[in-house]
Amino acid sequence: MNVNYMYSLLAVVVLFLLSYLGVKAVGLEILFGILFPYLALITFIGGVIYRVMDWAKSYVPFCIPTTCGQQQSLPWITPNKIDNPFTPGATVVRMFLEVVFFRSLFRNTRNAIREGKLTHEWEIWLWLAALAFHYSFLTVIIRHIRLFTEPVPFVVQLIETVDSFFRFEVLTDVVQFGLPAVFMSGLVLLAAVTFLFVRRILAPHVRYISLAADYFPLILIFGIAFSGIFMRYVSKVNIKAAKELTMGLVTLHPTIPEGIAPIFYVHLFFVSVLLAYFPFSKLMHMAGIFLSPTRNLPANTRAKRHINPWNYPVEVHTYEEYEDEFREKMIEAGLPVEKE
Amino acid sequence: MSDLPKPNEFIDRIDRSIPRTGWMDTPIDIRKGMYCYAANPKSVEYVHLPNAHAWNPVEDDWHLPENWKEIIHEGFKTRLERFRSFKVFMDICVRCGACADKCHFFIGTGDPKNMPVLRAELLRSVYRNDYTTAGKILGKIAGARPLTMDVLKEWWYYFFQCTECRRCSVFCPYGIDTAEITIMGRELLNLLGLNIDWVATPVANCYRTGNHLGIQPHAYRDMLDFFVDDIEEITSVRCEPNYNQKGADILFITPSGDVFADPGTYTCMGYLMLFKFLKEKYGLSITWSTYASEGGNFGFFTSHETMKRLNSKMYAEAKRLGVKWILGGECGHMWRVINQYMDTMNGPADFLEVPVNPITGTRFENAKSTKMVHIMEFTADLIKHGKLDLDISRNDNLKITFHDSCNPARGMGLLDEPRYVIQNVARHFYDMPANTIREQTFCCGSGAGLNAGENMELRLAGGLPRSMAVKHVHDKYDVNTLATICAIDRAALPTLMDYYLPDVRVTGVTELVANALIMPGEGERTTNLRGEPLPGMEEEEE
Repeated sequence: MNVNYMYSLLAVVVLFLLSYLGVKAVGLEILFGILFPYLALITFIGGVIYRVMDWAKSYVPFCIPTTCGQQQSLPWITPNKIDNPFTPGATVVRMFLEVVFFRSLFRNTRNAIREGKLTHEWEIWLWLAALAFHYSFLTVIIRHIRLFTEPVPFVVQLIETVDSFFRFEVLTDVVQFGLPAVFMSGLVLLAAVTFLFVRRILAPHVRYISLAADYFPLILIFGIAFSGIFMRYVSKVNIKAAKELTMGLVTLHPTIPEGIAPIFYVHLFFVSVLLAYFPFSKLMHMAGIFLSPTRNLPANTRAKRHINPWNYPVEVHTYEEYEDEFREKMIEAGLPVEKE
Repeated sequence: MSDLPKPNEFIDRIDRSIPRTGWMDTPIDIRKGMYCYAANPKSVEYVHLPNAHAWNPVEDDWHLPENWKEIIHEGFKTRLERFRSFKVFMDICVRCGACADKCHFFIGTGDPKNMPVLRAELLRSVYRNDYTTAGKILGKIAGARPLTMDVLKEWWYYFFQCTECRRCSVFCPYGIDTAEITIMGRELLNLLGLNIDWVATPVANCYRTGNHLGIQPHAYRDMLDFFVDDIEEITSVRCEPNYNQKGADILFITPSGDVFADPGTYTCMGYLMLFKFLKEKYGLSITWSTYASEGGNFGFFTSHETMKRLNSKMYAEAKRLGVKWILGGECGHMWRVINQYMDTMNGPADFLEVPVNPITGTRFENAKSTKMVHIMEFTADLIKHGKLDLDISRNDNLKITFHDSCNPARGMGLLDEPRYVIQNVARHFYDMPANTIREQTFCCGSGAGLNAGENMELRLAGGLPRSMAVKHVHDKYDVNTLATICAIDRAALPTLMDYYLPDVRVTGVTELVANALIMPGEGERTTNLRGEPLPGMEEEEE
């Protein structure tokens, strides 16, 4: 049994019980419906700004892009403009592909030694799952804007339409299940997060490197997606009341409407925890990728001088000192010297 | 190498299974064959680096100063402030595992601590403990652990099992570069005097004599003169170079390894011939320097500051001699330093001119600030303009593949120039599989100062992926020649080939150029630079 994911699972179970019982048994709706969400949001915004500022405070003394293609050199050699970007514009393109399509991860391969030979194969699943995870999560977040706006912006409605386009219908004699708006994003998110979790546990090397901090967000996000889907399709939470609460939050006139089931508060608490946890965790990779010096700098260092703000003078061994030590030998060997 | 098993046993022995205990609880065993000897304190002292002292990696007591933890803590903090790369890379890894099997040392050893992610976690765990709130409160659950003597030994063992090749950084979704991690790890170790001798002594030599091997000026000249005699025997042309010549057009700097050891010596002879050719035909004057007689920079494997101190000689000498620009020879990490560090550290080189090849008129716009051009860029340009007289049939007996050296590949992107040169001086060229070349190239396993004798098992493990790729083209196309543009490669790959593929030889690209180059006034050439008969001349030899 791996202690790291047990801790994480336990943590999420405790969070569930706290919020569920807190609302159901103790009636702490104000705490879980108003105070925690506000605190979490403040922590998230303040924390992310603090972390980014803290990174930005550190210097970038050298321009050290990892070059992943042909450099720009002689005019008749075709450079790889994206993977070895010579201009700031090309660097932006490289970053765009990195951030939007996870270009580096797309290169991923897997190797093994078989019958004395090293074999490589393309390994696409991590890239695919990562892409599915991030984009379904993004879609879910955008869809949730519905709960914080009145009227609901057109873009949000459009995304909902696209997201629910692939509708889901089970029509048999026994079960008739068919809703016009089953959102694929929620199910994809649940599937992707499950894949990432199972991969972490089953792939021996990934399990070996995993910390509790790697399992915790996955389990928490699983909890968020699961409670959301449960509310929408199974327990049918009072959506009108829920929106009254969320609109209250966003208009700074928080209220606790009647008739919202505890599961909603669990969902909201999980989200609050995720937000508050975000700035202090590896989830900051979302912002960090923009500051990664091996990706966000142009590879034109021989054409344009990069300045190191703390470049300090160092002790060197000068030519004079060198010649002083070796002058006689140099003269004897017929090498030119400054002082005969 | 006598105590090493046969290659197939060596390969069969690689075990990728993971230990039963977590990595923090798995103690290291500093094993013979896997580590390099400790730095000679005299070398450390010569360049005034801190805490020079005698110590032995396999002894319990490393004789550290009493406040060593404090020194590391402060050093860590300073580096977090000075290097955004370091700070960001400490924070944003999600441990996705994409890098895990990309490291040649992991492939060759199966040791999980050679997965790039774990190599970095060795530092991250201490970072979390000392500098993050979560680590301070949650400790081990948050992946934090305090710095202890065992942790420090683990750092030393594994940061000298990394060649800073950057292959993992190609695959990392955030570009986390283990070279940066290892550079910082080694800087911290150097604060305590914990370098390896294969790095520390070359650094001291380079500081004093201008080159890693400690060759003094008169001996340097002797060695090149020896090549001049050899070339004369083969071509009947004397290719006397210029030394420390003021007012030459170009200063040429190359790794001293090529002056010293086969097969780099043949590459060095190639330079002499190429420059003689250009002087005779086009009047170009190129000078060598005994003061700046080292292209490589083992300071890079010590600390940023040491790198800067050694590198300073290049511009200083170019300025003293009043040349127009600098030409650099075939070397790997030398070019990482020149391409990404030199101008920033020791520039601006406003006393030099934007490099122009006077023979072709090509202006090297890509080097207009640093003012240093790679010999492959230079030679490719000459060939493209038809300025070299070549008889490529002299290389007809060679079936060549090309090993991209890590630093020119991933710290520069010099990929097509050498291929263009090879394909224009020889007929038979075959690339290795795509996963093993260009930006995905595998290291020789001996870079970043690990090219010692005592760590042979490590080197053979690290060089295994490269050797297997060579074997692939050897079996498929009868490849018999492994060309490369790096002096460490030329020193390391022959050892690898001797072990895995004895009938493959290692060559520099300029050696191939020189074999094909028709020198003005040359006699009939019957042998190549190695004294072996040229194709079609075998019988005459007998």
